[in-house]
Amino acid sequence: MAAILTVDDSPSVRQMVKLVLSSAGHDVTEAGNGAEGLEKAKGARFDLVLTDLNMPVMNGIAMIRGLRQMPALMGTPIVFLTTESDDAVKLEAKAAGATGWITKPFKAEQLHAVVAKLVRT
Amino acid sequence: MIGLDPAETFRQEAEELLEKLEAALLDLGQRPGDADLVDEAFRALHTIKGSGAMFGFDRVASFTHDFETAFDLIRKGQIAAGPEIVTLSLEAKDHIRELIEDPISTSAAPGQRIVAALQALLAEGRQGAPAASQACAASEPSMPAAASAASGWRIGLVFALHVLRNGTNPLALVDDLRELGPCLVTADTDAVPALAGLAPLDCLMSWNVTLESSCPASAIEDVFMFVRDEMELTITPFSDAALINAAAPAESAAINAPETDQAAAAERESEEKPEPGRRMEGKGQTIRVQAERLDELMDRVGELVIAQARLSQLATAGSDLAIKDIAEEVERLASGLRDSTMGVRMVPMGSLFGRFRRLVHDLSRDLGKPVEFVTVGEDTELDKTMIERLADPLVHLIRNAIDHGIEAADKRALTGKPATGRIELSARYVGAQVVVAVQDDGAGLDTARIRAKAEESGLVAPGAQLSEQEIHQFLFHAGFSTAKTVSALSGRGVGMDVVKRTIDAMRGTIDVATAAGRGSSMTLRLPLTLAIIEGLLVRVGESRYIIPLSAIEECIELTPAIEARAKGRNFLDVRGDLVPFVRLRQHFGVSGEGEPFQKIIIVTLGETRIGLVVDQIIGSHQTVIKTLTKLHSDAVMFSGATIIGDGSVALILDVAQLLAIGQGHRDSEPTAEAA
Repeated sequence: MAAILTVDDSPSVRQMVKLVLSSAGHDVTEAGNGAEGLEKAKGARFDLVLTDLNMPVMNGIAMIRGLRQMPALMGTPIVFLTTESDDAVKLEAKAAGATGWITKPFKAEQLHAVVAKLVRT
Repeated sequence: MIGLDPAETFRQEAEELLEKLEAALLDLGQRPGDADLVDEAFRALHTIKGSGAMFGFDRVASFTHDFETAFDLIRKGQIAAGPEIVTLSLEAKDHIRELIEDPISTSAAPGQRIVAALQALLAEGRQGAPAASQACAASEPSMPAAASAASGWRIGLVFALHVLRNGTNPLALVDDLRELGPCLVTADTDAVPALAGLAPLDCLMSWNVTLESSCPASAIEDVFMFVRDEMELTITPFSDAALINAAAPAESAAINAPETDQAAAAERESEEKPEPGRRMEGKGQTIRVQAERLDELMDRVGELVIAQARLSQLATAGSDLAIKDIAEEVERLASGLRDSTMGVRMVPMGSLFGRFRRLVHDLSRDLGKPVEFVTVGEDTELDKTMIERLADPLVHLIRNAIDHGIEAADKRALTGKPATGRIELSARYVGAQVVVAVQDDGAGLDTARIRAKAEESGLVAPGAQLSEQEIHQFLFHAGFSTAKTVSALSGRGVGMDVVKRTIDAMRGTIDVATAAGRGSSMTLRLPLTLAIIEGLLVRVGESRYIIPLSAIEECIELTPAIEARAKGRNFLDVRGDLVPFVRLRQHFGVSGEGEPFQKIIIVTLGETRIGLVVDQIIGSHQTVIKTLTKLHSDAVMFSGATIIGDGSVALILDVAQLLAIGQGHRDSEPTAEAA
């Protein structure tokens, strides 16, 4: 079981992530934008962060940079969700400190595969 | 949240996003250069597309894609957000809504037309701009296209210094390789310094893996897909393995190290501080509840308030201090519960106002009258059911304002007005009421023509003495229209009477004010809620009645001096104003003499006032309104009934009807009657 933070401004995506991952026994925390994500990460330990990039208030890239400043999250896998096939966005997110990405739309199995790949408990 | 269907959540979410999108588009129409608005529109489209695809709304996703791309181009400054794009995007928004509501049978034709029009616009806007988008596809790194016939692979792994900090776990990746086949892994630790000089988050090790597998090279690459551009990956089939110099990767890592380190440091310096979270979006957490459940809750709270009133009455009458204590506590809790329950039903007017922006936009375009639409007081809250009932009347009023009120641009120019008309929709609290006004800066009402039309249709005798207010009231008669030609929008005489009836049914009033050449305004006054009101409990004879507190201006004692001055006429001098009054005893047919020390309660509604003479004022009362059954629908003087503390019923006076009666008194002969 892993502690997972999902950050997305789309409640339906958060809900889907939560449904899929909680049913596999993971503990999922939700945040609606980057600023909330940073807030939730403060003083907490997560084994994986799943985040959207395009969000109001604070976007995913800025949040990833902020998370990487937090000692507890320095080595934590951060996966971003993207619809872009555009490599520039991926490179920018990687440069900010992201570990990997999932391309939307994705299926539950893909989510499980990514979690299994990045989270070793 | 868990257990709900994400697709349903998506529908609700999309509904909110589409509203945001529409608002952003309409604003964009007025401020074409506003980058925040473009961002907002882009983000809404982006989320609709992304989430839509997740939950099976494929048609939504593919249709939205083109608009998302368009707004991305606008965002990057490659094309401008002209009025054509805004109009087209509004159409697209409507189409997206249809697609979400009915994903299967919605016709594809409008969508195809919209996308074609958009692409034509984009082609026009992008002419001359370099076609940059095709360039990136070609730059994919091409690995040696080794045949999969090889019996195995030699794999060299050298990671960039910072990959550990980015959450990559090289050992996990090596484990993933093991899943492809048996592996022989050797680690190169030459670059790792002594403990004192070790930076634990730097990845200084490299690995060589011999993999026995006939898998394709692409399967190996897939393992490293997330770190592919942050590592040196060499994949060689077994046969060529002899050519590999085992030392080379380690060396290159050592050379790379200082460079990467510097880069990482620079990156760290340039990092933004996290913005202090603007909480604007934070209030978006909502739960949807069926309206009936809220009504039920409100009913229960109503019953509780009634029971509590009875308890309080008992407690006050008795002498048991402990019971009094509890009764007070229950009263406090019940009123808190009542307030929160009513609060739950309250919705900001902004949710309603938003819909009219589109209406004004479309009407203004169709009629060729440029109109600026201003809304004030969007955060004024009103009972949800009332907001819904207000929608249609306001549509009529706004349509009328644009169609009849605002003059054509050339006519406006003649009278020295700005070419763009102005319509203001405002909402504000006044006491326990909400006042909603639609105001235009058009030509104003043509009082003479309304009068002529009223005489023509026999509503009033020619030459009758009428105030302007009274003439304007003819507007609310069924079938009344002064429009010379009937347009598609208004002038059919259907509407204003419906508006009036709807507002009446909500226990509200509608007032008309106009200034020739400067515009007119329609003012609706509405109670805050339909369910519970503050009332004044009074006694007339043996019966109790409730007068809505919101209508009451003041209470005066009916002294013998006033009686004497009235000289049998039912008029009262209130600080110089002559106010008619109605003796409720007489009106309700209560036999016997009036009691000494009767009270006059001055009630107002809009501009008019009357006094109501009652025997006794008992006090203020939390009034849970129970509607009268259809059997009593002829009892027009009462708007409902309630149960008071002792369990008996009190009727709620309909102030508007009493005012009409009072007005009648003013016009007719004073009744010869002495109290």
